[in-house]
Amino acid sequence: MDFSDINFSLLIASLIVAATPILLAALGELITEKSGVLNLGVEGMMIFGAISGFIVTIETNNPWLGFLCSCIGGMLLASIFAVVTQIFRANQVASGLALTLFGLGLSALLGQSYTGIKPVAFPDMHIPILADIPIIGIILFQHDFIVYFSIFAVISVYFLFRNSHFGLIIKAVGENHDSAHALGYKVILIRFFTILIGGAFAGLGGGYLSLVRVPQWTEGMTAGAGWIALALVVFASWQPFRLLIGAYIFGGITLLQLNLQALGLEINVALLSMSPYLVTIGVLVFMSARRNKNSLDAPRSLGKTFFGL
Amino acid sequence: MMLKIEPRKNRSNFLEVSAPIIAVFLTMIFGGVLFLSMGKNPFEAIKLIFWDPIMSPTFSEYSRPQLVIKAAPLILIALGLSFGFRANIWNIGAEGQYIMGALISGSIGLALYPLDSMFIFPLMILGGIIGGIFWAMIPAILKIRFNTNEILVSLMLVYVAEQILALASVGFLRNPEGLGFPGSRDLSKYPSAANPELIANSGMHMGVIFSIIAVIVLTYFLIYHRLGFQIKLLGQAPKASKFSGVNSNYIIIFCLGLSGGLAGVAGMFELTGPAGLINIDFNVGYGFTAIIVAFLGRLHPIGILFAGLLMSLTYVGGELAQFMLNIPAAAIQVFQGMLLFFLLSTDLLVSYKISLNISNLNNKKLKSMKE
Repeated sequence: MDFSDINFSLLIASLIVAATPILLAALGELITEKSGVLNLGVEGMMIFGAISGFIVTIETNNPWLGFLCSCIGGMLLASIFAVVTQIFRANQVASGLALTLFGLGLSALLGQSYTGIKPVAFPDMHIPILADIPIIGIILFQHDFIVYFSIFAVISVYFLFRNSHFGLIIKAVGENHDSAHALGYKVILIRFFTILIGGAFAGLGGGYLSLVRVPQWTEGMTAGAGWIALALVVFASWQPFRLLIGAYIFGGITLLQLNLQALGLEINVALLSMSPYLVTIGVLVFMSARRNKNSLDAPRSLGKTFFGL
Repeated sequence: MMLKIEPRKNRSNFLEVSAPIIAVFLTMIFGGVLFLSMGKNPFEAIKLIFWDPIMSPTFSEYSRPQLVIKAAPLILIALGLSFGFRANIWNIGAEGQYIMGALISGSIGLALYPLDSMFIFPLMILGGIIGGIFWAMIPAILKIRFNTNEILVSLMLVYVAEQILALASVGFLRNPEGLGFPGSRDLSKYPSAANPELIANSGMHMGVIFSIIAVIVLTYFLIYHRLGFQIKLLGQAPKASKFSGVNSNYIIIFCLGLSGGLAGVAGMFELTGPAGLINIDFNVGYGFTAIIVAFLGRLHPIGILFAGLLMSLTYVGGELAQFMLNIPAAAIQVFQGMLLFFLLSTDLLVSYKISLNISNLNNKKLKSMKE
């Protein structure tokens, strides 16, 4: 066993990369849930984003276009969910599950001839001067655009809900849709919008997985990342910065687990592979046990169907 | 808006039955478009999936027994899930409970190999039930004790169960005479543990019998038993159920235990019969497809019986379409996902009345005439 092989600043830098897909997906879901909609289809939107981005990148050799199409792919799936739950008023839990099953199937179908291909590399953007700072430069300022974007998005979402009028409207709709409706806000329209935004973020997260993090396409490659993102939102108590911390902790666990596997420790591979899921359960239990005492609550209308028109 | 959507006073019984049929037809149409976009003949594909497995003289001999074999686990798992879904208790980790049922019962069978006794098979059935219940009790107890979300916990446990399965098939349950290949001994060739076809070439094994009995018992239970009523009440009016003294903790334990036990026993029958041995690829997603089956069957045991057969048909027909038209297996998965969407959407027809708002239209006409 030899830990000196691991360069710690590089490790933390790759931790951030490992965490970015779930961070993006979770951030999107956070916005959706703030408006009172529980979309359990994150896994489906993510994997569909992963394949749409991957196909476009392979065909055009342009990862930027690929990421754009990941977003669009995620939004496309999200729009189905939006129509089914907001217009046809179907149960959100069941529709979310349907979205996941549908997304997994559709991506497997589209991705059949794309296994085993490597997409063009997505270049890192070294930020001048800052990137040259020892240690911190490697950890924070030698990443690619999407990593910076994810952090920027976390900050924006924080201010969206803290300072902006629109954020307040979203929160109002999520807390009590009947009151929001009475005040004249278009509940369905706002929810439609947040569902689509959630889809775009989940798709982008998936795209990052297939274009940068892995980078390859394999069937079912999200392997529960979408579900972990959902758990992360609970962990973060619907607060963007906690989401960031949570995502990086999860990224760390995933990476540590992979590194330990690579080091060939005497710990069983299967036991290591199940650790992220066990940790997720542990975190969920911890958070829900705590919430009983000091009620940091979910949006009050979360998962409830709005029956007005 | 000219369309008017009004809640119905009572759910329409006629539409309750016909909505799933409408959904199936819509899926056929959209599925046909999907096959067309893949360059396949949609009519041929739909015929291969829905008609040929039952009716075609060349295929039906193989397909008919397969239909029964694949329907049995789907029906068993969906039956259990449906009770929870009615009470808003969302166990979506049936796949994990199915694996654990197979693992526990398989361990029992393998531990007793090559003992010859008529008690081994019943003991394994019990093991399957206990394995499934054990795995389902984790989210149940966490939900009761800490109010933890059962959806996420039960799902996370699927991935954990898959890893244990992998561990078992290359490790502690591996066949010592298997030349180092992953996978356990073939339990279907171990007479005391095997679950063979009861009538040759019919597909009928003990699991099929068991699922038919389960349909009957649970139909009775849902309609006549107090607990069946309480489950419905908890789902539709949580506050009223609380006031009337329904113990929701008890119902959580019951619903998750029932679904876990049935999923576990489905895993046991699958292991000792059609699958034969424990291996990395033992689970094929029945636990997830069963969610669709439960909704397709309108969460009613009799409905689930038919829904399970129909969903099994899409599997068997899908294999046929794969074989004959080279339609990938993933297309069938899309097909199944679509079906669930249409089902959920057509539910609107059952609980709402949709009508053209003619009076409003007339008013507009009047207004324009006045102007």
